Amino acid sequence: MMSEQTMSEPVLLNIAGVNKRFGGLQALTDVGIRIMQGQIYGLIGPNGAGKTTFFNVITGLYQPDSGTFELAGKPYSPSAPHDVARAGIARTFQNIRLFGEMSALENVMVGRHVRTRQGVLGAILRHKAARIEEAAIRLRAQELLEFVGIGQFANRTAKYLSYGDQRRLEIARALATDPQLLALDEPAAGMNATEKLALRELLVKIKAEGRTVLLIEHDVKLMMGLCDRITVLEYGKQIAEGLPAEIQKNQAVIDAYLGGAH
Amino acid sequence: MALLTFDTQHKPRQAYISMAAVLILMLIFPFVASQFGNSWVRIIDIALLYIMLALGLNIVVGFAGLLDLGYIAFFAVGAYLVGLFSSPQFAALLESLIYYSPAVGEALVVFFGPEIAQDGIHLSLWAIVPLAALFAALCGALLGAPTLKLRGDYLAIVTLGFGEIIRIFMNNLNDPINFTNGPQGINMIDPIRVFGVSLAGEPGSGATVMIGDYAMPSVNAYYFLFLALVIATIFITGRLQHSRLGRAWVAIREDEIAAKAMGINTRNVKLLAFAMGASFGGVAGAMFGAFQGFVSPESFSLTESIAVLAMVVLGGIGHIPGVVLGGVLLAALPEVLRHVVDPLQQAVFGKVIIEAEVLRQLLYGLALVLIMLVRPAGLWPSPNKEERPNAALARDEEEASTA
Repeated sequence: MMSEQTMSEPVLLNIAGVNKRFGGLQALTDVGIRIMQGQIYGLIGPNGAGKTTFFNVITGLYQPDSGTFELAGKPYSPSAPHDVARAGIARTFQNIRLFGEMSALENVMVGRHVRTRQGVLGAILRHKAARIEEAAIRLRAQELLEFVGIGQFANRTAKYLSYGDQRRLEIARALATDPQLLALDEPAAGMNATEKLALRELLVKIKAEGRTVLLIEHDVKLMMGLCDRITVLEYGKQIAEGLPAEIQKNQAVIDAYLGGAH
Repeated sequence: MALLTFDTQHKPRQAYISMAAVLILMLIFPFVASQFGNSWVRIIDIALLYIMLALGLNIVVGFAGLLDLGYIAFFAVGAYLVGLFSSPQFAALLESLIYYSPAVGEALVVFFGPEIAQDGIHLSLWAIVPLAALFAALCGALLGAPTLKLRGDYLAIVTLGFGEIIRIFMNNLNDPINFTNGPQGINMIDPIRVFGVSLAGEPGSGATVMIGDYAMPSVNAYYFLFLALVIATIFITGRLQHSRLGRAWVAIREDEIAAKAMGINTRNVKLLAFAMGASFGGVAGAMFGAFQGFVSPESFSLTESIAVLAMVVLGGIGHIPGVVLGGVLLAALPEVLRHVVDPLQQAVFGKVIIEAEVLRQLLYGLALVLIMLVRPAGLWPSPNKEERPNAALARDEEEASTA
């Protein structure tokens, strides 16, 4: 809030005035974020601050009570998750949600669904267009598995992958939808130090490809080194926004994390 | 089972050899079996129709993971469709319509012509099969629509209700306008004709079909028709499984929320699963109606729905060869037992101790329990369901992928 937005990149995601109430609980109060093209944007806050709720609103899983939503300059309506994915926001889940019985490759191939079009006839007849599309899906899926570093496990059933690899697979699957914004809900949850380091490298690599990332995370250390900007939520309200260095010094944030009046 | 593999993705050569072997066996079967009596072939005819049903249900239950307990309704829809459009029943319908609402009835008579008011409609097989598929698909989508938000037990209860509703409809749709002839059922359904040859044999031929100069029993002729339809069903469902659509179905089965987040329009994709599954049920039903020459609501009870579901689950849910195996066993086994139990007891004990019907039910139930205890994933589950995380296995895989 204090620093000027000096970057020249255009705004990718512009969300303002989001309110969400669950019965008597005001989960989100007037929350908004602006994410520039190519940024890694962090969303932090103590447990129950409303991070995941906000995330679910952005990606269409929850219906907001109010709010304006713009992706790459165009308004989008977060009314159904599949429309949001089509518009260009792909997400992962805090508790990994893979298609357990499918192979790693098939999981990523499902991610291509929204960017491909063959229907019943294509499936049955396997005419030329269908075969070309299917081959392209397979190729892209394999590329993405290699990109996240689990190419060798393409044929492994997803539920038998190790925890860290499952996280990577979820990212690969999200990338398969060709997202403009990749939204990751606590990707480092439950990871050990080595896995976190590898995840960090992966996120840097994704950023280097020019993709924009929205990241929810508990691990403040990881976030500080990684994010271009950070928003802090507490009790459903935005208490700070700015560069990581500013956030670290912000008294409201320190109070929120350590408890006030110490 | 180890000798036969149908995994065209990973072992195409072995799979095609296995398929050819099974096909040759299937082609020879009726000629051998009819030596021992046509009833054996007849059993397999019906079993083939059940395999078609099981494969259709497998799309809904196996691929998309939607537990459907009312699937037999689509079988009924197909059977009644052939009953209405391929028998004198349409004349009865027009008659009741003229009585109930003369203006509409007579308009229809003028529209269709007086012969139809006399003899009913007699569409050919080529019209009935696509019609049954389309109409059943429509019913599938219509019955599926209200259940879209339901899963698991709740979905099962609602579909069970729908199945019963259809049966009760068939039972009562004879008044005021006689669509289904009520509990008496529709009689005198035309036998199937392929290129002008009646598969029931011409009247007076003693159920012998002449193809050129070659004569074969009627049941054999039906056998080959049904076999062709089953092969077509296997082909279509197999291709659907390994397609963009098939993956979307499995994704919904595995995790609906994640599937949505990946951009799958779950509403449309689920409806498509219901419709595709139902269409196979409809075609099988039409064949059943024409084969029996008679349909009545009794054939479409809840027990039948459950029997078809049992074929899918016991065979290996979601795995096409497994489902076919389940269909063969559960459709043919009770009939085989019916034929074997009495003579066997006669031979062993010199008299019949337990009635065939009783023992048959007993053994059937026992078989179901045993299979579920010993092989909970089904007799022949998809290969990757058996895979376990195993260091040696992983090493082999890595070596194979680097080699």
